[in-house]
Amino acid sequence: MTVRVRSFPDVLLSVENISLSFGGVKALTDISFDIRKGEIRAIIGPNGAGKSSMLNCINGFYHPQQGAITYKGVRRSQMRPHEAAEQGIARTFQNIALFKGMSTLDNIMTGRNLRMKTGLLWQALHLGPARREEIEHRREVERIIDFLEIQHIRKTPVGRLPYGLQKRVELGRALAAQPELLLLDEPMAGMNIEEKQDMCRFVLDVNDEFGTTICLIEHDMGVVMDISDRVVVLDYGKKIGDGQPDEIKKNEAVISAYLGVSH
Amino acid sequence: MFYREAGQFKVTYSADMAIFPIAQDRIAVLAIVAGAFLLMPFVATEYFLNSIMVPTLILALAAIGLNILVGYCGQVSLGSGAFMAIGAYAAYSFAIRVPELPLLVSILLGGVVSAMVGIAFGIPSLRIKGFYLAVATLAAQFFFDWLFARVGWFTNYTPSGSVNAPRLDVFGWTVNTPVEKYLFVLAVVCVLALLAKNLVRGHVGRQWMAIRDMDIAAEIIGIRPMYAKLSAFAVSSFFVGVAGALWAFVHLGSWEPLAFSIDRSFQLLFAVIIGGLGSILGCFLGAAFMWILPIFLDIALPPLGELVGWKMDKATVSHFSFMIFGGLIVFFLIVEPHGLARLWSLLKEKLRLWPFPY
Repeated sequence: MTVRVRSFPDVLLSVENISLSFGGVKALTDISFDIRKGEIRAIIGPNGAGKSSMLNCINGFYHPQQGAITYKGVRRSQMRPHEAAEQGIARTFQNIALFKGMSTLDNIMTGRNLRMKTGLLWQALHLGPARREEIEHRREVERIIDFLEIQHIRKTPVGRLPYGLQKRVELGRALAAQPELLLLDEPMAGMNIEEKQDMCRFVLDVNDEFGTTICLIEHDMGVVMDISDRVVVLDYGKKIGDGQPDEIKKNEAVISAYLGVSH
Repeated sequence: MFYREAGQFKVTYSADMAIFPIAQDRIAVLAIVAGAFLLMPFVATEYFLNSIMVPTLILALAAIGLNILVGYCGQVSLGSGAFMAIGAYAAYSFAIRVPELPLLVSILLGGVVSAMVGIAFGIPSLRIKGFYLAVATLAAQFFFDWLFARVGWFTNYTPSGSVNAPRLDVFGWTVNTPVEKYLFVLAVVCVLALLAKNLVRGHVGRQWMAIRDMDIAAEIIGIRPMYAKLSAFAVSSFFVGVAGALWAFVHLGSWEPLAFSIDRSFQLLFAVIIGGLGSILGCFLGAAFMWILPIFLDIALPPLGELVGWKMDKATVSHFSFMIFGGLIVFFLIVEPHGLARLWSLLKEKLRLWPFPY
């Protein structure tokens, strides 16, 4: 197998000395790392290591007590989730967070909400600009539906779909926003091998075709080592490793904390 | 057998986005609307138009308003009676204080005032959900009951507290007879129902449903909860307010605050739940269920009693009709918790395969 080693010069997002605590529980302690434009960055670590908290900080859902996040050259200590969305950060969730009562199509269309601008009155009339806008975005959404191979479930309410497909629809909803940075929280959790392969293919294709920078949390080490360009390892809210997959595999601290040591 | 969509291919997105994508549905709906406009005025009796069709249509409009808020945006409201009252009294104020305004404009302005009050009372929804929000909207109900009963300005200082609707002039056409009233209400309800359908299938409707289904995820994909919730409150209150103005002006003619009491709020909420949350068709079904069934029971029970040799007096009839009505509500909710609209769509699914079930 050839190992893909690609180089990425530009930093898209950098996290500096982030600390986050809930009451007495320290979720994150003094974490710093960066995500470079165009790469696939993985965050790994045992359960409760603070991985999801890290993503929540990046997209403005949690506000860290200390430290700052620089995104596209703008340094800020806090932002609201919808600001992060407006800045081009999209994400999926560990426990699927789809809009259960809506169809696949509507879910993905909702992902484009930031780009739809016509006023209430035009929408009520469903004429002119509202209609044009709806059709134009429908075209984009159909492209995503084709890309993810979910044409057959276009009109199905997502609550009725099996788990693997729901994960795919959620990825579609995030892609619909045409994000620059895509955060994936355990995109392959609970999937069988075929579903995992499909999902890996989609992640790699998104990265290749759209040039989207991806930051993912994943527990399947095979997947992480295969598809990511660089890996950051957290344990008990601290960073214990950062580097290319090969370096991580040899890192003593990581091996003892995460991959386990033989006694 | 007759209800097949095979062979109906959509080649444009606009054809696929149509309200009724299946040709048979389109024909059926056109036939119903045409029948309602052209046939009904000639065949129906005055009693039927006045006491059944007009109130059912107006309640359906109010139910559409409430459904936008509860069914589409997921914000519980027990104050819809109050918003009907606001629409009615505001339209009344416009009509008597600015007599130059055409009546239709006064009614719509009543809806606009109701929408603005709706936004104000929607602000708590930014912080609280569910039962707590229901209590906050209940406060609106009691507050406006009190306001319209106690503050003379709203009733133009009539000593009895009851007000009379102005003459119904719609651009030179005087709405007097039951047929005219029916046609006027039908036209307004049809237009507004179409606008509501357009809203809920459009961009803003998706925002409302996103907030309803998972508000955190909605916020993370860039929906502002404040805009989505308050726009739902505004649009919902507008529809409810217009329905209130129609109820007062066209159906009642003269009214007092009691016409829009908490009972009205519950009636609407029942109509929405029984009809189907998140369905425009369900609003019509639910309103018809809530309005027509008690009347039907009142008429049908005495002859039924005679059949078994039991002569019921008036009080017994009304007690029985209450009990049966309540029982039917429970029955329908158990059989189909998603309301009559879902029952209808299940029937259509079956009909597509009938008579060959495979």
